[in-house]
Amino acid sequence: MDSIVVRAHDLKKHFHTKRGIVRAADGVSFTISEQETLGLVGESGSGKSTVAYTVMGIYPATSGELVFKDQDITGAIKKRSKALKQDIQIVFQDPGSSLNPRRTIRQILELPLRVHDTVSKKERVDRVAKLMEMVELPVDFMYKSPPAIGGGERQMIAIARALATDPSFIVLDEPTSALDVSVQAKIINKLMELQKELNLTYMFITHDLSLMRNMASRVAIMYLGKICEIAPTAEFFSRPLHPYTQMLLSSIPVVSEQEEELKPKKIVSTGEIPSPVNIPPGCSFHLRCPSKMEICSRIDPNIVTPEENHQVRCHLFPGAAGN
Amino acid sequence: MAKRLLDIENLEAGFNVYGGYLKVLNGVYFNMDEGEKVGLVGETGCGKTTTAKSVLKILPEPPSRTTGGRILFKGRDILTMRKNEIREIHAREISMIFQDPTAALNPVFTIGDQLMTAIKYSNLHDGMTRKEIREKAVQSLKEVRLPDAERILENYPIQLSGGMRQRICIAMALATRSTLLVADEPTTSLDVTIQDQVLRLLGTLIQQKGTSTILITHSLGLVREWTERVYVMYAGVMVETADTAELFKNPLHPYTKGLMAAVPKLTGEGIAAGIAGRIPEYLNPPSGCRFHPRCAAVMDVCRKEKPIYFNCGDNHKTACFLYRE
Amino acid sequence: MSTSATALEQSLRSRTWERVKKGWYTFSKNPLSIVGAVIIVAVVFLAVFAPLVSPYPEHAGNFVDFDNASKPPSQAHLFGTDVFGRDILSRVFFGFRLSLIMGVTVISLTAPVGVTLGLIAGYKKGTWVETLIMRITDIFVAVPPLILALAVAAILTPNIFNSMMAVSLMWWPWYCRMVYGIASSLKNEFYIQSAEVTGASTFHILFKEILPNCYGPVFTKVSLDMGWVILLASALSFVGLGAQPPTPDLGTMVADGGKYMPDQWWIAVFPAIAIMFVVFGFNILGDGIRDMLEVEKT
Repeated sequence: MDSIVVRAHDLKKHFHTKRGIVRAADGVSFTISEQETLGLVGESGSGKSTVAYTVMGIYPATSGELVFKDQDITGAIKKRSKALKQDIQIVFQDPGSSLNPRRTIRQILELPLRVHDTVSKKERVDRVAKLMEMVELPVDFMYKSPPAIGGGERQMIAIARALATDPSFIVLDEPTSALDVSVQAKIINKLMELQKELNLTYMFITHDLSLMRNMASRVAIMYLGKICEIAPTAEFFSRPLHPYTQMLLSSIPVVSEQEEELKPKKIVSTGEIPSPVNIPPGCSFHLRCPSKMEICSRIDPNIVTPEENHQVRCHLFPGAAGN
Repeated sequence: MAKRLLDIENLEAGFNVYGGYLKVLNGVYFNMDEGEKVGLVGETGCGKTTTAKSVLKILPEPPSRTTGGRILFKGRDILTMRKNEIREIHAREISMIFQDPTAALNPVFTIGDQLMTAIKYSNLHDGMTRKEIREKAVQSLKEVRLPDAERILENYPIQLSGGMRQRICIAMALATRSTLLVADEPTTSLDVTIQDQVLRLLGTLIQQKGTSTILITHSLGLVREWTERVYVMYAGVMVETADTAELFKNPLHPYTKGLMAAVPKLTGEGIAAGIAGRIPEYLNPPSGCRFHPRCAAVMDVCRKEKPIYFNCGDNHKTACFLYRE
Repeated sequence: MSTSATALEQSLRSRTWERVKKGWYTFSKNPLSIVGAVIIVAVVFLAVFAPLVSPYPEHAGNFVDFDNASKPPSQAHLFGTDVFGRDILSRVFFGFRLSLIMGVTVISLTAPVGVTLGLIAGYKKGTWVETLIMRITDIFVAVPPLILALAVAAILTPNIFNSMMAVSLMWWPWYCRMVYGIASSLKNEFYIQSAEVTGASTFHILFKEILPNCYGPVFTKVSLDMGWVILLASALSFVGLGAQPPTPDLGTMVADGGKYMPDQWWIAVFPAIAIMFVVFGFNILGDGIRDMLEVEKT
């Protein structure tokens, strides 16, 4: 299936704060095709959550193009049609605060049904029960409140909530970062199962590269508001081109010798991650880059496509210096 | 032969809550010698922080209760020590680094205030002057490679990044000349590249000072890179222990195996299904082996008797009836 | 479908019962809370059944018996009698009625208004709505309640109704501020964003998502406020702005009895102790409620 579901071109989201302009997302371009999972990876300040929230409509875009199935979605939620709201859903990061601790599971799952009036009042309980079965939770959890169930179960409820309106596209913002490894495994497997069953398209955000390796069909890595590299998953991990990608990959702890061999040579990272209020001139990564050249502190590189489907933003590659 | 530093024998402890008694620790065994780097790995709720806090005796007495066992530090039982002896131990022997550096630092005092207080109280009997304490503070900040140490002393925690804050916590822990450092998830709240930096630094420092370290984490990868020996914990029991390399090459306990399988691998082979079931209720824990309701290889004896440690090789023990000799 | 419906209903009932049990456990952990609860239950009982429980219910109205005036506490009159020969114990019971009515009236007027305004202002933080509401609140906060009540008395007839209106005008800002603080801090929680993303109405978000998270502090404040309002009402009565004779009002009784101190001490002291008793009860009850309604940590 190659029809494009989401298209972003030069998407920017800036925040005006007392300390200056925060260029959280600064010219981000990508496409997501049907039933694909685009992975967004990056450290704090990279802008990955900002991109996700802008796609969701929690923030309106500052500038640039953002299109969902041929409809412009640069506006915030309030400006979007009901159909759009039903079609695009999100699973937030922290299951502790993405569910209102003072409401019951039933109330939480019924809310999207009530707002969008997709089922009649009598049938709502049935639909809630069905949603819970989809995520393999016992139906009598309906009358419990979030604090009474575990973190993994709460995240399953968050997923069920996202599925309530039959969406075709779901943004998953670090859905398992706060969870243990064995619980994460259950959730990820369930997400992949649901993707196949319901023909879903995902935008998956995480800082865990090993998880990304198994979840995404394409990966984009962000640093200080810009995408540094974007490629199909296998390619991204076997031939990382951008120095930041290589640095990140070489720092992750792995559990087997096999995996050690797959990692690029160790690049020791130095320095702190700059704050997005204070982005260095030229290429934003140059202060920490082991391959820094003279041009890097002056000119911000453009994105180039050195290999098929594999784009990178770095002066090491011809054409990046642009005009 | 290195000296035995810490020996936890059959520790049983729990909490009084609404509904009864949460029997969290169900016979914990743990030991380490001087100079070792030992890992304690387990998931949320397995009791690793409870164990760490028991060693430091910082569990609030009600609602927590220790019902059995001994914690021998350099041969003396911590559980029977009086308050002033514990204070001595905190000041000179054992330090702890906590998970969230933001919560571990008081937001209304400067870094200098907090660091110098820590140094002062750990050296009360040495009669250091204010000037000497301040010099020591600057020195310890330089040791953790914080640039501009003098200026940082005047900063408040909120002015610094997470990585810097954690480095300050490490400086505070190490400035007090500890024999044993307990690091509870010291890098969980940090970014991957910063995590790498901080752990390297910690490794270098404890090597220089000869500090013994217990690294508590839920990350198997970290444990593999950083420790010499590992304990795997589940539901208040140590289910397996071995030298690190051995554990990763040859995990024996079904829980350890399940955990390793559940970790996403860089090879892209997909993620295993995880471990069936949920962690047990401590109010009414399973009989016999606490893992038996979730174990694919469960046998009759597992439901009835609590397994003891069975030897499976050099330094490799596991609490599982599958390995009964 | 019917079987699972009853199963669900059962789990709802058992969950509610569990919550009640747990709430009682937390509440009763502090023995003082039980004391508070007992006191308030006693006061409410006495107030409601005053005509039945008082030894001399007719003394609460127009009654004089100068032969029996200013008699010290005795078996016939446990709290003694006042200058009109009226039984003080009975009048205290009836006095409780007035106190409770005043407390309930003020709070049922001010709490809903203050809470609603606070929710709106907190959720709309950063907009003109918030500025408008909070600045108006600031203005009302600046005026001391007693002064306003005196001013009202100067303009309108001094009676209990007008005093209560004056107190209410002064009382709502505190609910507004408290809820404003909570609402503005919850505004950015993920579950609120989730409700927004789903497209829930503002009404839903304010009253179904944010408000339940305010119950704890609000109900604690309600309980503590009962004590304060009663105290304030007594103060107003003390300066003559409260209930008019012969209605038994604890504050008025203290004021009237003050003239006869220290010889006929019982005329002022017993009503004063009664006031203290009620206020104390509401205070520690408030503490207990706060413990019970504390948001469960996840």
